[in-house]
Amino acid sequence: MKTATTVIVGAGQSGLAMSRHLTDRSIDHVVLERGEVANSWLTERWDSLRLLTPNWQSRLPGYAYEGDNPDGFMSMPEVVRFLRRYAEVSHAPVETGTLVTRVRRLDAGYEVATNQGAWWCRTLVIASGACNIAATPALSADLPHEATSLTPTQYRNPDRLPEGGVMIVGASASGIQLAREIRASGRRVVLSVGEHVRMPRTYRGRDIQWWMDAIGAMDVRYDTIEDIERARHLPSPQLVGTAERVTIDLNSLQKCGVECVGRLVGLDDGKAHFSGSLANFCALADLKMNRLLASIDEWVRSKGFDDRFPAPQRYAPTAVDPQTKLSLDLRDGISTVIWATGYRADYSWLDVPVLDRKGRIRHDGGVAPAPGMYVMGLPFLRRRKSSFIDGAADDAADLAAHLSLRLTRAAA
Amino acid sequence: MTTTISPPAKADNGVNVSALLSARSSLEEAPQAAQFKWRASCVWLKGTHSRSVIGNFFGLGAEQSRNKTFSVEADHPQVFAAEDNAPTPVELVLSGLASCLMAGVAAVAQRRGIQLHSVKASLEADMDIQGILGMDDEVRNGFGAIRVHFDIRADASEDEIKALVAQSQKRSAVFDIITNPTSVFVTVN
Repeated sequence: MKTATTVIVGAGQSGLAMSRHLTDRSIDHVVLERGEVANSWLTERWDSLRLLTPNWQSRLPGYAYEGDNPDGFMSMPEVVRFLRRYAEVSHAPVETGTLVTRVRRLDAGYEVATNQGAWWCRTLVIASGACNIAATPALSADLPHEATSLTPTQYRNPDRLPEGGVMIVGASASGIQLAREIRASGRRVVLSVGEHVRMPRTYRGRDIQWWMDAIGAMDVRYDTIEDIERARHLPSPQLVGTAERVTIDLNSLQKCGVECVGRLVGLDDGKAHFSGSLANFCALADLKMNRLLASIDEWVRSKGFDDRFPAPQRYAPTAVDPQTKLSLDLRDGISTVIWATGYRADYSWLDVPVLDRKGRIRHDGGVAPAPGMYVMGLPFLRRRKSSFIDGAADDAADLAAHLSLRLTRAAA
Repeated sequence: MTTTISPPAKADNGVNVSALLSARSSLEEAPQAAQFKWRASCVWLKGTHSRSVIGNFFGLGAEQSRNKTFSVEADHPQVFAAEDNAPTPVELVLSGLASCLMAGVAAVAQRRGIQLHSVKASLEADMDIQGILGMDDEVRNGFGAIRVHFDIRADASEDEIKALVAQSQKRSAVFDIITNPTSVFVTVN
């Protein structure tokens, strides 16, 4: 069995950032990657997807975007090139094509079984991502057999879909992006909308991510949030990265002809049933967006920067048709259903009792309740930005310090 | 992780929020205790007039007995050739929705430290009675739509008040019962 002080599972932004910090601290380690560096970005995303954060915000320890389009948004091949280059310049000890099949406690550390043989380590960093599996609701099993069922990890582009209309379930970043491009391809699109987070792409002349960064919202720590569980499970904001920096919201989608309906609550005999709660979910999202814009305006005012930015503005409330459908017979031209209902991490290989009753890893700011075990890259793990590329640096610095202290104490 | 957050002491809407919050954290430890059963029984009086009696319920892992029972009557108005002894069942549904949202507004306001001065909800529901009269199979029996209007006086901004009402709907049992399907199983004898 090969040994390393630390095994990092996953060579995405989190695993590579941690590797860089461990190298700086001369802690010997290996990064096990099931595919190639940045595997999920390469193989599990649709063709048109671009990062939701602008290029300048792709900052990693000792590495940042240096291209000539800081306000652009990377396509997936660009993200992959960006991370592969990082792995090279960091001399990250990545073992590609190495699928972790089981992790269990062994002696005072962990045995990491892989398809390329086993490793033993004293400390383990789980950086395998938050979005391994597209989560689909239980009622997806009731879909009629003639309808094609897809998740965003399987979807590639509108041309690959069967003829006919599409129902998209979920209106977070994935759902609204797919609704926009599938509708633009000339198909009928029905969008089922539950809880969602509305945000303009730009506000007062800057990208919304620039504002969130500037006002300190991205740096808010997990241990200062009143209801961290809720903050960790918010849907992703309705954003898209495009060269034109367009804003997509339910109003713009409806203008393009997308039919919005409530949350999908039942499927029987080919008929979909929707909740009557659409108006309230839209009201909640409008109010939440306005609170964010108000906090931006307040920050500008408090800094005395009012003359540096265009004047504040507010956007039209989300229009909800009083005649919104409560049911839809899918046999009337809906041939595909796409479940944009979120993602979850895959811990099927983790044979250490650290999961909660919902199968999520328990942790305190990334420190798992098992000796020397850490997790990274999950939503609001330590900060609001933890699951962003830009969040890997600070989290890796904190957790590398914790890990290093642990090794020192164990040695003393 | 334990966090204690007390709302600003000045707001008092008569809701014991800290008891609700501590109940929530106890239930995190023992989720099976969150399983409740609500009950009502109803007897026919005469014509369309009936009386429901509401007493015990099950929750927190045990039968919960009240030291009293409540009685709720229902009937239909004279335009339905009935005696109008009590509200119609569909009006009681509106009352149930109103009361549920009202309780939510008070609880959320307390949690957010907002003092309420007055809260009034007015409800109206559309119904095409061709459905219940069996005149047209394509018309549903129930409401076509329900409109709720809140008039709230409170020490808060307009958006904060709107957020109270929105959050109340998000956490309302009756709102959920009305907006989402529920399986109903009826047996006889």
